[in-house]
Amino acid sequence: MSKIKELEDFATQVRRDILRQVHKVNSGHPGGSLGCTEFFTALYQGGVMEHNPEFNMDGKDEDIFFLSNGHISPVFYSVLARSGYFPVDELNTFRLIDSRLQGHPTTHEGLPGIRMASGSLGQGLSVALGAAQAKKLNKDNHLVFALLGDGELQEGQNWEAIMYAAGNNVDNLIATVDLNGQQIDGSTETVLPMGNMKAKFEAFGWDVMEIEDGNNMEQVIDGLNEAKSRTGKGKPVCVLMTTVMGNGVDFMMHTHAWHGKAPNDEQLETGLAQNPETLGDY
Amino acid sequence: MNSAQATETTKNKRMKTYIDTGKKDTRSGFGEGLTELGRTNPNVVALCADLIGSLKMQDFIDENPDRFFQTGIAEANMMGMAAGLTVGGKIPFAGTFANFATGRVYDQIRQSIAYSGKNVKICASHSGVTLGEDGATHQILEDIGLMKMLPGMTVINTCDFNQTKAATIAIAEHDGPVYLRFGRPKVANFTAEDQKFEIGKAVQLYEGTDVTIIATGHLVWEAIQAAQQLSEKGISAEVINIHTIKPLDEKAIIDSVKKTGCVVTAEEHNFLGGLGESVARTLAENNPAPQEFVATQDTFGESGTPDQLMAKYGLNAEAIIKATEKVLKRK
Repeated sequence: MSKIKELEDFATQVRRDILRQVHKVNSGHPGGSLGCTEFFTALYQGGVMEHNPEFNMDGKDEDIFFLSNGHISPVFYSVLARSGYFPVDELNTFRLIDSRLQGHPTTHEGLPGIRMASGSLGQGLSVALGAAQAKKLNKDNHLVFALLGDGELQEGQNWEAIMYAAGNNVDNLIATVDLNGQQIDGSTETVLPMGNMKAKFEAFGWDVMEIEDGNNMEQVIDGLNEAKSRTGKGKPVCVLMTTVMGNGVDFMMHTHAWHGKAPNDEQLETGLAQNPETLGDY
Repeated sequence: MNSAQATETTKNKRMKTYIDTGKKDTRSGFGEGLTELGRTNPNVVALCADLIGSLKMQDFIDENPDRFFQTGIAEANMMGMAAGLTVGGKIPFAGTFANFATGRVYDQIRQSIAYSGKNVKICASHSGVTLGEDGATHQILEDIGLMKMLPGMTVINTCDFNQTKAATIAIAEHDGPVYLRFGRPKVANFTAEDQKFEIGKAVQLYEGTDVTIIATGHLVWEAIQAAQQLSEKGISAEVINIHTIKPLDEKAIIDSVKKTGCVVTAEEHNFLGGLGESVARTLAENNPAPQEFVATQDTFGESGTPDQLMAKYGLNAEAIIKATEKVLKRK
């Protein structure tokens, strides 16, 4: 079996995990999670990041990742669990009382793989920047990755961080923006048009590249590896990754309706039928 | 003789005399402490949002240029970066004015630092009305309340140069987020130069039997002046310097008020949310007693000199004496 096929099978199982987590507690955010399944799979399974499931908060001598748009916790939890950070069975506790799998990711309950709390939007890039500067001080040549939502870029703190990163040549940082064009109240175009994102990042001094289909595993892997090759050259690297919200579950695609809504029993069955079990359900 | 520890005897043969060894600003105490940390602790890094001179950080920067991060006028990003620097083992000291170090970035501190359990030291200068002529936009009187409400946050408000320097050095050894509050004006420097700063440990300045005066920050020196004047009127005041508002040294407060039966709290902060309310809660739970609050009364500040503002907003020795006379009548 080709490596890409293996990764696609992994992603299919992750989509099942997302649907089942959210369905069980009738809450959570399936849309953005499904759209970023290939991205997380590429990072943690596709060889993009050198990372250590024997989790160490400091992350010295490994690549580290920060999720800024924390509401897509279901995909993060599934990929971390299936990458060995914590037992896959623990996905059963998503959003339940006394769980380490809080609605939005947090360090507070000590869940391995999480290095900061996120959920209140716009903060992750700054934290990733600080971690990237710490790596430079520590003479650690590994990279810092961050994922941001596109709607999240409406938060001003991002632009403070974007300005700082370029102005200070933080070139060990790869920030990926999930361009799914959707946010809670509708499309980004109707809620608050943000204009040309590529031109904006470039104007701030970033090296910007694009992944045209962020739900195509091969493109995601190639794109992120290309981004890695652009690090260490004086500029922070931005990856504008176009995805389809709800990808892989036909009735959830191309709409903001499933941003924060769980499927009912029937919808779950439909979604699972479209994503047959590959690695075994938890 | 160590003048700060001097025990000259006053007329009444009872009062210890605290000597002002020369007025100095508490922010310079922070700057000196940070410089010392730069030499002794390689993990200490510093950040500032375009206020290096005001925060007295230049010496640290000159000696450790690679360990300093100038974020520009972007406090939200500064707090986030500070959180990130801890991932990698750094101990970040993030400095700006108290207003911009708290209210402006409350959610960044809440999520990225406090809830995330990050070992960040938030260093807040120019707190309270004694910032002076810049006026209310810059004079935060709500910051102690904001910070003490955050789970896991240690809140410290130092009273003079020596104590601020000692506190700056001490918090580097404490694992967890800290809010260190200090000020702009030159004020009496009267605590020991070689003091050991213990987080959460009250410092008794005078023993007394009639009233307990609990003060923090710039009001500690005023409390000393008040106690001396009260002594001349035959009133014996116990004075406690509370530099750590959270965790509060509850035992010291309860033990003292059990003895004196009433309390005056004094702080350069709104009476809502400040030290006074923490003391009131402690006493309500353990040893209810009459209390008067020397604090601002739910108001913004305004332009003026520090002394004028302290007088106008009732934050000086005279106000403490009045509050004491009032609370004694309620015993």
